[in-house]
This record gives sequence, C-alpha cells and structure tokens, in this order.
Amino acid sequence: MAAIPDEATVARDANRRIRRSGNLAGWAFAGPSVFIVLGLSFIPMFWAGYLSLTNSDLVSGGHFIGFANYAALRSDPMLRQAFTNTLLLAVLYLPIGLAAGLGVAIMLNQKIKLIGFYRTCFLVPFVASAAAEGLLFGFIFDPDFGIVNAGLNAVGLPRQGFLQDPSEALVVLAIVYFWTQFGFNIVIYLAALQDIPKEVLEAASIDGAGKWSTFWHVVVPTIRPVTIFLLVWGLIDVFQFFDLVYTTTKGGPLNSTLTLVYYIWELAFNFFTAGYGAAVAYVLFFTSLIVTIAALVYGRRNRVAL
Amino acid sequence: MTSEQALQPVPDIDIALHRARIKEAEQRMRRSGWRRRMPQRGHLILMPLSIIMVLPFVWMVLTSFMTNSEINRIPPTILPHHLYTGGYSSVLASSDFPYWFLNSLIVSGTAVLAQLVLCSMAGYAFARIQFRGSTVMLILLLATALIPFQLTVIPTFLIFHKLGLINTLGALIVPQLTSALGIYLMYSFFQSFPRELEEAGRIDGCSRLQVFWKIVLPLARPALAALGIITFIYAWNDLFWPLIAITSSHTFTVQVGLTTFQGEHETQWPSVMAGTVLTTAPVLLVFLVGQRRFVQAITGAVKG
Repeated sequence: MAAIPDEATVARDANRRIRRSGNLAGWAFAGPSVFIVLGLSFIPMFWAGYLSLTNSDLVSGGHFIGFANYAALRSDPMLRQAFTNTLLLAVLYLPIGLAAGLGVAIMLNQKIKLIGFYRTCFLVPFVASAAAEGLLFGFIFDPDFGIVNAGLNAVGLPRQGFLQDPSEALVVLAIVYFWTQFGFNIVIYLAALQDIPKEVLEAASIDGAGKWSTFWHVVVPTIRPVTIFLLVWGLIDVFQFFDLVYTTTKGGPLNSTLTLVYYIWELAFNFFTAGYGAAVAYVLFFTSLIVTIAALVYGRRNRVAL
Repeated sequence: MTSEQALQPVPDIDIALHRARIKEAEQRMRRSGWRRRMPQRGHLILMPLSIIMVLPFVWMVLTSFMTNSEINRIPPTILPHHLYTGGYSSVLASSDFPYWFLNSLIVSGTAVLAQLVLCSMAGYAFARIQFRGSTVMLILLLATALIPFQLTVIPTFLIFHKLGLINTLGALIVPQLTSALGIYLMYSFFQSFPRELEEAGRIDGCSRLQVFWKIVLPLARPALAALGIITFIYAWNDLFWPLIAITSSHTFTVQVGLTTFQGEHETQWPSVMAGTVLTTAPVLLVFLVGQRRFVQAITGAVKG
C-alpha cells in the first residue's frame, strides 16, 4: 500500500527537483563558456608542460628527453639577453609610467575644464593597435627622414639612430610603450582618486595637514591597492611584450630588443624548436606567477583587496 | 581609547579655539585644498601633454595624404601640398587590404556577438543559479587569468592544427567566442542586479531562459555595451595569435596584413600610412562612441 508522503518527504523531493533543475539550467547556461575557456587554457597548459620535456619540432611530437631543455636554458645567452631586456623595459617603464599616471590623474581630479577632451586624448594610444603604432613610430623615429631626427637637426643636435641603434632601441620602445599605456594608468588612478571620500581629505586638512603631507599620508596609502594592481598588471604586460617589437625592430639590432615572448615565438614558430620554446614559456609563466602571488600576498597582508 | 570614550564630550574644551581651528582649516583648504587649488593651472601641463599623445595620429593622417617625394623630403613636409589620395587607392586596389579588413570585421563581429550571448549566460548562471560545481568552475575560470597566452600558444596551435582550422578564420574565431574577463564582467553586473524582477517573471510562469532573454538581458544593456566595446577593440587589435594561426594573405586580419607592408612597401610610405589609418579608424570610432562604457568597464574590472 502506497503511503501518503509526509510533509518532510514532499519538501525533500521538491528541494531535490529544484536542485536538479538548477544543475541542468546552470550547466546549460555556463557550460559552453566553461568548456571553451578551460579547454583552451588548462589543456594547453599541461600539454606545454609535456612538450617542454620533449624535443618536439612543432610538426612532429618529438621524443621525451626529460629535463634536458631546462638544463639547456640555464646556459642560453639569448634567453639571458631576452630576460635582461624584458626586466630593463620594466625598470624603464613602470616607475615613470605609474608616477606620471598618478600625477595627471591628480590634475584631472580637480574641478578642471575639458576633462572629457583630455581623457579622450590620453586614451587614444591605449585603444589603437600596437601593430599600427609600431609601424607609425618606425616612421616617426626613422633615422633618415623621420620627424624626430628632423627636429633634433633643426635645434642643432646630432641625429640619432633610434630603433636602428643597439644602445637606443630599447629606450625608444620603452618611450613608445609608455605612450601607449599612459592613458590606462591615468584612468585607473583617476577612478581610485574619485573614490577617496571627501571627508577624509577634509579631516586631514582640519588636522593641519598641508598639501604634500595629505598626498603622502592620506592619498598614497588609500590608493595603494590600485598601485599594486597597476604594478602587477604592468609587469605581466611587460612580460608579454611582443607586438611593438615585432612591428618595429624584430628583436634587433644585435638582439637589443629581444624580449621573452618574442624569443618564445621565434623558438617555436621560426626555428621550430617547440619543445625548447615551451620550456622557456614555462620559465616565463613561473616568473610572472611568483610576482603575481607575491603581490597578492603582500596586498592581503596589508588588508588590500585586489 | 575605545570608540565609546571617543564619543563622550571632552571636558574643558575651548569651543572658541575649536571653532577658530576649523575656520583656519577651511581657509587653508580654500587656499591649498585638493580639489580647489587653482585647478585651471593644470591646463599648462595637460594641454601640451594631451597634444603630444594625439600628435602621432595627426601625423599619421597627414602623411597618408602626402606623395612619396613629399614624405622623403629632408626636412620633412608638415602639411601635404594637396590632398593626395594615391596612398589610399593603391592600398585598396593593389593589395589584399580589402580582404584583411573584411576578415577582421568577420572575426571581431562574431566575437562580439558570441561573447554578448555566452559571457552573459555564463555570468548569469554563476551569479544566480545554484548548480553543482559552480564555485569550483568560477574559481577555475578566474584562475585562467594567471595563465599567459604565451604559455599555451604552442599547444593551442597544435590543437587547431589537429582540428584542421589553421589558416582559416575559424582558428581566430573559436578562442574569441567567450572570455574569462567577459564572464567576470557580467557576473559582477548580475550580482548587483535586483532579484525581484526575475522572481516576478518566474511567478508569471516564464521559464529560466525566457526570464533571462526577456527580462534580464534588456536591462543588462549598459553592461552588454561595455562588454561589446572591449571585445571588439581586443579582437580587432589582436596580432600575436593571427600571426601564428594564419599564413596565407587572403586570410590575414588587418593587423597581420599591416605588418607585411614593412618590407614590401618600404618606400611606399603613403600606402603604409593609408593602411595604418584605415586599420586604426574602426577601433577609434567604436572607442569615441562608447568611451564612457569603455572607461566604466576597465575601471570596473579593476575595482571588482
């Protein structure tokens, strides 16, 4: 004899049905995205790990050679050069990029006219493609008929080799990169500044803080999470520096602008040493991972939500 | 001192002195306060700086209308003698540029449409529907932000090679169909979205899909606009992956095609600059139209 289900059973069944329909709907909604994003990131990630242990030439799978690639990269002068160049780029760009971004953001945070015009101007280089900008700056910095050398000439300064001079090329790229990223730093800092409650600044002023001490003791600490974010973001971005190099110097002259990603690209798709390229990519991955985690831990310890 | 003590009136306070200090502080703020101190002086720095930021683009447009001999002149000509359109006609007529432009439009357009649908569906699911594995999946999705594309690019190439998609637009479209950033943007938008409207829809007998399609999406227009703009700019500007996945000129995107101008058209600067102008114009147009949403999206992604 079928018992009439008691209330608890009915509720449990209903719950179960809702949960099951939630499972189905949830996976129907999120499934395609999850499948594509995870499939195109985690599978290749582990595959790259395996490739780095082989001598694959991209076309064939290659043979398992253990950690030979990792042993080889310890004494690879090109890798050392690429690493040094990438770090140099970060050192040249990051401090100035962040400081200048904050400076302009502070100016824009005042009751200033034309703010929309300025923001547009500063963001245009960030929005345009690096390929177009690389081509454009190759033209502007052309040693023979570029406008910059013409300007130097006009004021009586010697002409420069710029992107064709091994001692100048990386600095020129850092300047161009600064130009492309400037607007982003400004906009992010500006949003952070606008979030500082007016009362905090007023309180600082009532406590007798001047302009500079308000800046150092109130503004800078308040926006520290954003600074950490921009630092990490900038570092990761510099570690992925490729487009501008490809469209201007192709790593030259004399490898003076060879960056890590450009080197990986060359190894895998020009020299067809995919196994070794994957090993270099893993070194790059772990370096940027350590930097990111260090920043996250530092942020957490200082009660910074990132 | 506890907060309760702090709230107690301080004995023996000199009210007059206190008022005087506040007044003095107000005056100081008026003189040197953060938002008030002669803000217009900033124009002296901002104006030249912002002109420097756009000057290269102005120069780009100007040279695209010059003849080759005008460009090669030393010292360089600043303004073109007359509007020479030979650069544009040679780029459009005697190179594969029209193909590249069309390919870029197809890839970016598909990416935008697909991400609007897929990212908003996934973001909605993670924000609203309780389903098994949702937390783990969300964490895994966000963790992919830490995996640089340079690490996965070699196997990605091999995967698309196995799928037979290398050298087709498919290889460019599939990775852009959805993105962790897009899902995250929509997820954080739907989290702050009022629940009552959906519940009303459910009570009225709509299915989950109907609620999503008819009630949620129309109200999500600001977030969708932001997502669409970011996706378009990103897809249009992408160089690294198309450079690897595409080898034949007819399948190039504009960015890849542009890089081939370098050696080939070394002396043909008017064509190169015309191509650069045409490549940059669509993103600038999208950016200028949707600037407010674009700024909201990038600052929102940071704050979230």
